[in-house]
Amino acid sequence: MAQVGKKYTNIIIFLILLVVAAFIIFPILVVLMNSVKGNLFISSTGAFKLPNEQSFVGFSNYVNGAERISFFSAFGYSLWITIASVAFILLLTSMLAWYITRVKGKVTSAIYYLLVFSMIVPFQMVMFTMSKFANMIHIDNPVGIIILYVGFGCGMSTFMFSGFIKSIPLALEEAAMIDGATPVKTFFSVVLPMLKSTAITIAILETMWVWNDYLMPYLVIGTEYRTIPVAIQYLRGGYGSVDMGSMMAMLVLAMIPVIVFYLFCQKYIIKGVLAGAVKG
Amino acid sequence: MEKALRKYFPLFALPALICFSLAFLIPMVWGFVLSFCEFATITDATFVGFQNYVRAFTVDNYFTQAFWFTLGFTIVTVISINILAFALALALTRNIPGTNAFRTIFFMPNLIGGIVLGWIWQVVLNGVLAGFEKTLLSDASYGFWGLVILMNWQNIGYMMVIYIAAIQNVPTDMLEAAAIDGANGRTTLFKIIIPSVMPSITICLFLTLTNGFKLYDQNLALTNGAPNHQTEMLALNIFNTFYSRVGFEGVGQAKAVIFTILVAAIALLQLVATRRKEVEN
Repeated sequence: MAQVGKKYTNIIIFLILLVVAAFIIFPILVVLMNSVKGNLFISSTGAFKLPNEQSFVGFSNYVNGAERISFFSAFGYSLWITIASVAFILLLTSMLAWYITRVKGKVTSAIYYLLVFSMIVPFQMVMFTMSKFANMIHIDNPVGIIILYVGFGCGMSTFMFSGFIKSIPLALEEAAMIDGATPVKTFFSVVLPMLKSTAITIAILETMWVWNDYLMPYLVIGTEYRTIPVAIQYLRGGYGSVDMGSMMAMLVLAMIPVIVFYLFCQKYIIKGVLAGAVKG
Repeated sequence: MEKALRKYFPLFALPALICFSLAFLIPMVWGFVLSFCEFATITDATFVGFQNYVRAFTVDNYFTQAFWFTLGFTIVTVISINILAFALALALTRNIPGTNAFRTIFFMPNLIGGIVLGWIWQVVLNGVLAGFEKTLLSDASYGFWGLVILMNWQNIGYMMVIYIAAIQNVPTDMLEAAAIDGANGRTTLFKIIIPSVMPSITICLFLTLTNGFKLYDQNLALTNGAPNHQTEMLALNIFNTFYSRVGFEGVGQAKAVIFTILVAAIALLQLVATRRKEVEN
């Protein structure tokens, strides 16, 4: 009897899960469907109607939208900024984390607490002075912004790296040094290989942050170089109505890389999120 | 080893620290100082004491309004996201067919950026409201609940993943012992599962709390504060004070300092809460 009851409960739960899954997928389908419809048919109650002979416009929204916001150059900037920032964050903060964990002293522990403090401070606190300052020292370009991302990503990344480094025994590093290895050689051949799984976690978290970040690229380089989120918001324009057709098409293009990335790296992403949540 | 490493400071520590200073430390201190000044450019400022802090509240009531809106939004989302995420996590730890596929789908919205999310939901919500001849901007409450739905859609999967991991770690012998003693589903849930996943509940509560308080991108793309600043949250209000009103840069910076103190207070509270839990265990 209990078995039968459990079976029915599971069927009901399964049906509820289906409804939730539909709720999650529905908005994405609406956008996909509207991306091939003419502007007039997206607003008002037409949003949920399938494209028909009257409303179907083929890929013209994609062509118009991509041209208007130079989507492919935005994709290029997003890709470059994300890859370069994450690579430098990983390299520079793993080195910093090793240094401040292994060299004990007032200075290194002060650095550690400053970094932890920076994780709490919201972006709004520094955005105005930071963007003006970046402008003053001429790092307001797609190369200079990497410096800013390293500076902002520093806190969480160093915190997670040093948390892991504390747990690895000194003996290996000391043995390498006694054998005559320099600190540089010790770091790259002994320490860095051990940091691999922490590095993957950090890479995932930082990639998700940099790729989707809007305010920093908007304020620092937004007038000349637009990343994907900035380009999407740019479609809104100053005044007047939004070209919804192009908007739908660009939203689809913006989601494709994210969904592909997710399907390929799902295992690492979920693991990374879990590790990040527990430590952050 | 420590001695050998110590003199390598310029190589190991300096590059990251220079970036940290340029991006965070200098702007942070500078911003704090400027919150007591009147300025148009950041190098030309005059000291005005606490005037900016007073004006943050007195010049208009948008900042206080944004605070109450943000607080209400955060309370509603913290409760709804955590309850729904926990319920889904329970459902997905029962060996129901398709569990992996469901988990993949539920987590996905979390990866989509805030701006893209805001526009997606603008179309969907306007489509629904059009049936009642309304739009998202006809009333502030539509914006509020629209943001709540959006936030749930985005965050449930994330919290669910954390809860699933926690529930899977509940010792099976405890669950078996409870079953032998004849505990029903409800007793098992409240007496065994929830107490053992308490640390994860704390983590998720604070994650949703800070996410709610710091929300910006979604707010900008969905309503941009319309109608008449009524759906403006704190982060958006600060941005608008800085960039849409000439002569209000100092007030914006003062609001940013207040905002920082609020967010830091939440973080501190979290630290205390987690520490206390550790002592209890």
